[in-house]
Amino acid sequence: MAEIDTSGGGGKKGGGKVRSKKASTRVDMTPMVDLGFLLITFFILATTLSKPSSMTLNVPDKTKEEKTEPIKASNVMTIFLGDDNKAYSIFGKAANEDPEIKTTGYGYELRQLIQNNARTVPGDKFVVVIKPTKQANYRNMVDVLDEMAITKTKRYALVDELTADEKTLLKDKAKLDI
Amino acid sequence: MPKVKVKRASSAVDMTAMCDVAFLLLTFFILTAQFRAQDAATIETPSSISGIKVPDKDIMTIALDKDGKVYFGIDNQQHRLAMLDNIASEKGISFSDNEKKEFMLMSNFGLPINQLKSFLSLPKEQKAKIKQSGIPTDSTGAGPSNELKDWVYNARKANNDLRIALKGDNLAKFPNFKNVLATLQAQNINKFNLITGTEAPPAGWKSDEE
Repeated sequence: MAEIDTSGGGGKKGGGKVRSKKASTRVDMTPMVDLGFLLITFFILATTLSKPSSMTLNVPDKTKEEKTEPIKASNVMTIFLGDDNKAYSIFGKAANEDPEIKTTGYGYELRQLIQNNARTVPGDKFVVVIKPTKQANYRNMVDVLDEMAITKTKRYALVDELTADEKTLLKDKAKLDI
Repeated sequence: MPKVKVKRASSAVDMTAMCDVAFLLLTFFILTAQFRAQDAATIETPSSISGIKVPDKDIMTIALDKDGKVYFGIDNQQHRLAMLDNIASEKGISFSDNEKKEFMLMSNFGLPINQLKSFLSLPKEQKAKIKQSGIPTDSTGAGPSNELKDWVYNARKANNDLRIALKGDNLAKFPNFKNVLATLQAQNINKFNLITGTEAPPAGWKSDEE
């Protein structure tokens, strides 16, 4: 390495005194840098950098019986979460009134549908009922809850039981095995 | 005429500055490090646009893996110990000090209570190999075979401020999730956090809270 030679007297000729050789004050830093970066790499890999976020979910109290007014079917959109990442939704009609079933995926399509439906309902009376079927997976549920946040639907409910009418409806029209 | 010597540039670079930078970064990463805890199962969570961060302490995590197995864990080691003591006296099982110590070090677990004792006495290497079968749950949430309810109850007894986080895998089926939900609802816990990854909200979307 081409360190600056600070030892001085080495090149002098003819001087009578024998000078003690001064040690170089330069330290080669390369191994230290190597070690530093090695440790950095380790710490980067061992840490969890992005903390996960969380969404809050409130469910109704099951231990108390509360009487609520029935909601008009014309304001309700029901989303059934089926298998194969498909969502089936009905809007404006109860399950026994022969509603039209719309099949969508979980992204933009469903969001559009929710927003269109919400527009036809005056005020804040729009209600979404989310009904996961047995085939639905957890991601589907989170996706739909997320859509609620995105479309700013204030009134929604997660209901885990299908009524008999809904079961026949899904069986007949969506060919869903329930 | 003397020859003009070409001055050779030094090939050694001064590493001091680089060393400074390296150690500065190292210090930063050491100080901000939060080590990844050894989890009983790998769970890939779905993502949401929610920006709420998971709280750092007083948190109970109920994890649901893709096969529908349930894992349970709380964050504080002292509370873990208190929880184990509670459940041991309730179930009439006694744990040795060594087993208690092992239990304190587990961030989460997924075993029926009658297998827990033998699992805790295993050496570390074998523990990692064992496939944990999950904590038993049921659909009513309060049945005698439902052990999750005992763990939740005793954890809350050990620390009353516990918040509940549910961490489900993308592919976990809904009925399994429903069982966990029923267990919590049976104990009148109606508010919880779902742990998700973070994704960007659609363009132009604004939170109402701002």
